[in-house]
Amino acid sequence: MTLLAFDWAFIIEKLILIVIIVLTTLLITLYTTFGERKVAAILQDRPGPNRAGPFGLLQPLADGLKLIMKEEIIPNASSRWLFIIGPGLAMTASLMTCAVIPWGTAIHLFGRTIELQVADVNIGILYIFAVVSMGVYGIMIGGWASNNKFSLMSALRAASQAISYEIAMGLALIALLMTTGTLSLKTIVADQTAGHWWNIVYQPLGFVIFFICAMAECNRTPFDLPEAENELNFGYHQEYSSMKLGFFLFAEYVNMIMSSAIMASMYFGGYDLPFFDETTVAPNIAAMIGLGTLLIKIVLFVFLFMWIRWTIPRFRYDQLMNLGWKKMIPLALLNMLLTGALILSKL
Amino acid sequence: MNALEIIFYALSAFALVCAIMVLISKNPIHSVLWLILVFFAISGHYILLNAQFLAIVNIIVYAGAIMVLFLFVIMLINVKKDSEPQKQLFVKFIGVIAGGSFLTLTISLIKQAQPLIGKTVLLKEGTIGLIHPLGKALFNDYVVPFEISSVLFLSAMVGAVLIGKK
Repeated sequence: MTLLAFDWAFIIEKLILIVIIVLTTLLITLYTTFGERKVAAILQDRPGPNRAGPFGLLQPLADGLKLIMKEEIIPNASSRWLFIIGPGLAMTASLMTCAVIPWGTAIHLFGRTIELQVADVNIGILYIFAVVSMGVYGIMIGGWASNNKFSLMSALRAASQAISYEIAMGLALIALLMTTGTLSLKTIVADQTAGHWWNIVYQPLGFVIFFICAMAECNRTPFDLPEAENELNFGYHQEYSSMKLGFFLFAEYVNMIMSSAIMASMYFGGYDLPFFDETTVAPNIAAMIGLGTLLIKIVLFVFLFMWIRWTIPRFRYDQLMNLGWKKMIPLALLNMLLTGALILSKL
Repeated sequence: MNALEIIFYALSAFALVCAIMVLISKNPIHSVLWLILVFFAISGHYILLNAQFLAIVNIIVYAGAIMVLFLFVIMLINVKKDSEPQKQLFVKFIGVIAGGSFLTLTISLIKQAQPLIGKTVLLKEGTIGLIHPLGKALFNDYVVPFEISSVLFLSAMVGAVLIGKK
């Protein structure tokens, strides 16, 4: 099946994979919002949402329905198009990351070998970086187009926070790349699966830096300065209503899931189930076990994010900047230096 | 016309339209946003030329970092349409003539350049744009220029901090 020198079956296969991954991510996101409320409730010793359905399991559907049914308001003084583009861009940028994450080993269906990864590019980590740096545009455009002083200030805060923490994030990643020697996420995970220890053993400091920066990039408490209610009313999504507001809120959760997936893949072996030899079972079953393992790791990370959110209060803005520039970046540089010295001494 | 050429022409058209929109947008914020799209189109061209690293770095550095700063500054100084100085017709006229002559000059130079005569773009060829050969070339053949340019960056950074301290 070739037309215009394309293998169309390949394209259809990838399209189906993309649709499945995006839909699953959205579904998981829906239940992450529910998880967030439940975790908050447990940490604050109250029952949490328990009315809609058994154990309140239908709550996210009710929330989603409510957001869709609400009246949509576009302020008169806003830049209409940018106001609409903003939340869409935030959502797109956060979903784009899933293209390079290896969700498992290959499965065999209908005589084809299907890789559970949309694109195995050998610049995978740089691609993630590019997407992360795009993520701030949704907030900036949305905040500016609202034509509201609070929104604008919040957008500027978000942008400067993202730029500051991107640097330390990149430096932590460089140290990881020095030990792995590749930029392809698939190879990084495969290396951890085959015999080696997980990368967390080689890069404990790098992981801590990466985790903190990921939290800052996702605008999670204690780094949620862009939506600090007590200073900025509601932050960059103040003028938004209905599903546009929903997109901004969902994008945060998608970001959280994606950064959990990246951390699991880069530092915690990805789809690798420890103390289990995948070659002893059929390849399809092994791939499913791998997928399940990765999902469990993601859920654990997401829980960690929530645990931190409901435990630690918000920083002040100068504390945030001090932490980013005066502690994270020197620490990341030190980590890089140590890694380099260790690699050199082993040669 | 194969698929590669279709993608090439589509990207080129996209880049040109966005570049024109950068120029004719009244609002500087819109200009910046169109410019970001131009960078994306150019990154697409880099990928067609098998220069993955250049493509992704173009997005990270230009579209992701520099344009955010541009946007930042424009949002902060809040340029209004009426506060912008109105240029006289005469000045505009001179600008068009100067720009047009420069364009003619460049095109004629490129058309006459000996190494370019009768050549077409090599799409999807060569490995120098991939990350491994590029890294090897940078740190073996071009290590001195590479290090000197990094010192240049360092000096720029020190200068910025110095100005910031005042």
